[in-house]
Amino acid sequence: MKRTYLAAAAVMMLAAGSALAQGKISGEVVKIGVLTDMSGLYSDIGGQGSVLAAQMAVEDFGGKVKGRKIEVVAADHQNKADVASSKVRQWIDREGVDMLTDALNSAVALATARLVAEKKRVFIDTGAASTRLTNEECTPYTIHHTYDTFALANGTGKAVVAHGGDSWFFLTADYAFGHSLEKDTAEVVKASGGKVLGAVRHPLSASDFSSFLLQAQASKAKIIGLANAGGDTINSIKSANEFGLTRRQTLAGLLVFITDIHSLGLNATQGMYVTEGWYWNLNDETRKWSRRYFDRMKKMPSSNQAGVYSAVTMFLKAVDGAGTDDADAVMAWLRRNPQSDMFGKNMKLREDGRLLHEMYLFQVKKPGESNGPWDYYHVRQTIPADQAFQPLSASKCTLVKKK
Amino acid sequence: MSRQTLVYLAGLVLLLVAPLLFYPVLVMKVLCFALFACAFNLLLGFTGLLSFGHAAFLGSAAYATGFAMTHWAVTPELGLIFGVAVSATLGAVFGAIAIRRQGIYFAMITLALAQMVFFFYLQAPFTGGEDGLQGVPRGKLFGIVPLAEDWAMYYFVAAVFVFGFWLIRRIIGSPFGQVLKAIRENEARALSLGYEVDRYKLLAFVLSAAIAGLAGSTKTLVLGFATLTDVHWATSGEVVLMTLVGGVGTVVGPVIGALVIVVLQNELADKAGPWVTVIMGTIFVACVLAFRRGIVGEIAARWPGKAGAPKQEHGPGH
Amino acid sequence: MDEIFGIPTQALLGQLLLGLVNGSFYAMLSLGLAVIFGLLNIVNFAHGALYMVGAYVAWMALEYFGLDYWWALVLAPLVVGAFGILIERLLLRWLYQLDHLYGLLLTFGVALILEGTYRYFFGVSGQPYPVPDALMGATDLGFMVLPNYRAWVVAASLAVCLVTWYVIERTRLGAYLRAATENPRLVQAFGVNVPLLVTLTYGFGVALAAFAGVLAAPIIQVTPLMGSNLIIIVFAVVVIGGMGSILGSIFTGLGLGVIEGLTKVFYPEASSTVVFVIMAIVLLLRPAGLFGREK
Repeated sequence: MKRTYLAAAAVMMLAAGSALAQGKISGEVVKIGVLTDMSGLYSDIGGQGSVLAAQMAVEDFGGKVKGRKIEVVAADHQNKADVASSKVRQWIDREGVDMLTDALNSAVALATARLVAEKKRVFIDTGAASTRLTNEECTPYTIHHTYDTFALANGTGKAVVAHGGDSWFFLTADYAFGHSLEKDTAEVVKASGGKVLGAVRHPLSASDFSSFLLQAQASKAKIIGLANAGGDTINSIKSANEFGLTRRQTLAGLLVFITDIHSLGLNATQGMYVTEGWYWNLNDETRKWSRRYFDRMKKMPSSNQAGVYSAVTMFLKAVDGAGTDDADAVMAWLRRNPQSDMFGKNMKLREDGRLLHEMYLFQVKKPGESNGPWDYYHVRQTIPADQAFQPLSASKCTLVKKK
Repeated sequence: MSRQTLVYLAGLVLLLVAPLLFYPVLVMKVLCFALFACAFNLLLGFTGLLSFGHAAFLGSAAYATGFAMTHWAVTPELGLIFGVAVSATLGAVFGAIAIRRQGIYFAMITLALAQMVFFFYLQAPFTGGEDGLQGVPRGKLFGIVPLAEDWAMYYFVAAVFVFGFWLIRRIIGSPFGQVLKAIRENEARALSLGYEVDRYKLLAFVLSAAIAGLAGSTKTLVLGFATLTDVHWATSGEVVLMTLVGGVGTVVGPVIGALVIVVLQNELADKAGPWVTVIMGTIFVACVLAFRRGIVGEIAARWPGKAGAPKQEHGPGH
Repeated sequence: MDEIFGIPTQALLGQLLLGLVNGSFYAMLSLGLAVIFGLLNIVNFAHGALYMVGAYVAWMALEYFGLDYWWALVLAPLVVGAFGILIERLLLRWLYQLDHLYGLLLTFGVALILEGTYRYFFGVSGQPYPVPDALMGATDLGFMVLPNYRAWVVAASLAVCLVTWYVIERTRLGAYLRAATENPRLVQAFGVNVPLLVTLTYGFGVALAAFAGVLAAPIIQVTPLMGSNLIIIVFAVVVIGGMGSILGSIFTGLGLGVIEGLTKVFYPEASSTVVFVIMAIVLLLRPAGLFGREK
């Protein structure tokens, strides 16, 4: 499989070479499709902010690639895979969209991955966390950017054990996502020498977490791993504070974004461990970009929104480099050329579609340590790109040649 | 040839040429939701029962067909039959519980039961949780005709839709349908006339669930996945809205309503940004307050005889 | 005996108490629904959304006007009650001659509008609301450490429920109300302004939802979606109790909160569905609900 793919890639490279001279770009414009959630569960980490990030990437690129205008189109998938699916088909078949990004909802992302494989377009997922995108459902045209559930579990699990948090209890959302987050983390914790004392399953969108937290408290575990997301995570953190769990135990959020910390405030979240792929206050470059973003959005960017910027930027560079917007050529170019931008340095694209970049373990600051809104994280550890993600040997992706 | 036949013939011709004029996948989606809304209307419009849990049938059949197609590799028609069987069975269970109360209670009970079904699919391992059941193949019809091509799929979906629509018309027009209408108009009277009202209601519920299931199964074949959206209460609300917009108790109304809502959702996706929910809510309020007859109902009331669709009073049973 | 089915008795008592806290919310919300249904024959689908609006009024009062929790407890029910009166006067009153189902559909639409609007302005992650200073801290009850605020929630909601019961069952105003529920025309003929009574009842019912929203604000994150998650469970509670009786709604709400709490300990996987299962069983055995009368 891989051999044929490489052969195809080689052919495409040649084609790309000749295309360079002709400037082979389909249609009058290069179109970027931001498939996002404007008002639902994920709108705070994506939504309008993702659209802005994509536009900023286009502006920073100069608005044109190979003499063609670049255009950003956006759609609200309303967290419905069928709305997303018909929109993406229409975008590709009728409107000549060349690249898709954001996605956010894993059902939407997986449906989109199927479509781009069939229709040969580049899809750089930043928002959806499911590792299925680079395993069972991997395609030659999917790139998984920013983070995934394995990286979160791995980063938080390993680093927290290393920082002394060696006994764990899980508060797990009772569906596939929560289960896999719990399982991945538990394995990492055990492999790093920690113990897992137990877990309790709670329903999605539970109205009250106190009962589950008392069970976590009774376990006497040092770390309470929150294998849930969004509103469930927020409410578990809130209840944990109310019942005084945080005095003796430390929370580890397995899928927490800076927007969650922002909406809960530092009082409730201080001391918590969080893994993310990016944070606005990492270095001068991220700060500079984020200020520009802040001036227009009045909010600091989430790691996902920064991911969208990076995804669009690398796609445009690849179109420029390959001299065509042909998906095979663009993907081949990206596989050959590691990317650097304000999101990360020397980011390599692996054959299963995983983009390798550094991940960070953060600890949430105490209210006194913060210099104001959005200054929330201490960087506790930088997880190198080659250790942050699921090893290729464990991949179930059919594009990966088994050794 | 009566006007009504002409209208249906025109509809059929439009159905045949639609993929040339519009985006085929979108048309297929409209047809699936149209069938779903027609099935729902069989209950609300012709039996007077408001089910606020119809997503459970759409979604159960969608998951069942998806499961059968991916795990047992059956042919599409068998997948459809399996999906319909599952939703009909579920309909029987729902019906048996829900018809014990009337009116508003009935609506709340179906909503609560559907929520239970939602949690079942959320937690069941085979559905993939929020990832959804992905990558359902379209397969080969009867093991011969490959449906992977959009045009083949389209005419198959069109055929399923025509069959479902015809079936609903037959049900409405049959003596059984007449009894349902009698129950809708005055349940006590129907009871005193000696009809076993509960059995009629239950059968209507099962039929409606089965046809809703047919719509769900077909949708899975078209799009290649079944997700939690299909069983979510918001979908139950949407089908109510489609029926209301098109015209409750009209034969063609739900089709028009589904067309309007699906196209609107598709168009609003890039235009309205965060306002989609608010717009849907406003349409709901506007329909209930000022537009209760719906599009088809209004047309029929203003231009009797020339209407694009006969109201149920003009139905074939009279 | 230290353990029941492997769970320490003390922990169990704690869980029972927590169940009671959740039950208080069910009780208040289903009470509001029952009061509205009694007179208007409308199932108020917007109840969850108005509960959410109540919580947001509290949050906005604090954020923009510096008015603390105790102000919010008074203010939110008034604001939301007034808003409810507006809904009743402008929208609902056109539907009284029609099938009751239209009321359900209309309020469903209102719920969508409210939720969508709040999502636009406040995002989905929501806003935190602090526990009021006077109720900070926790009390060690021996078997568990109960945050004072949770104890207050149970006390406050029980008080509100009982006052409501007293007003409806024991006062002249309540007598009008009950009479109007039975026969509005006759009561009108006696010179009681029934339309006004209807308006005020709707306002009062949604004010109860807003009160519950303020009580909930310090416990759970104030988000635009907080009501929609709850309303379906409350509907099931209402079906189980039957909407005929005020005390019935209160008891059913509290009881189901406790049962749900126990499920969370013994079989947490079922805690999302236990209320619906009970509903199905009750319907099979006693279709009118535990405290209902068949109309």
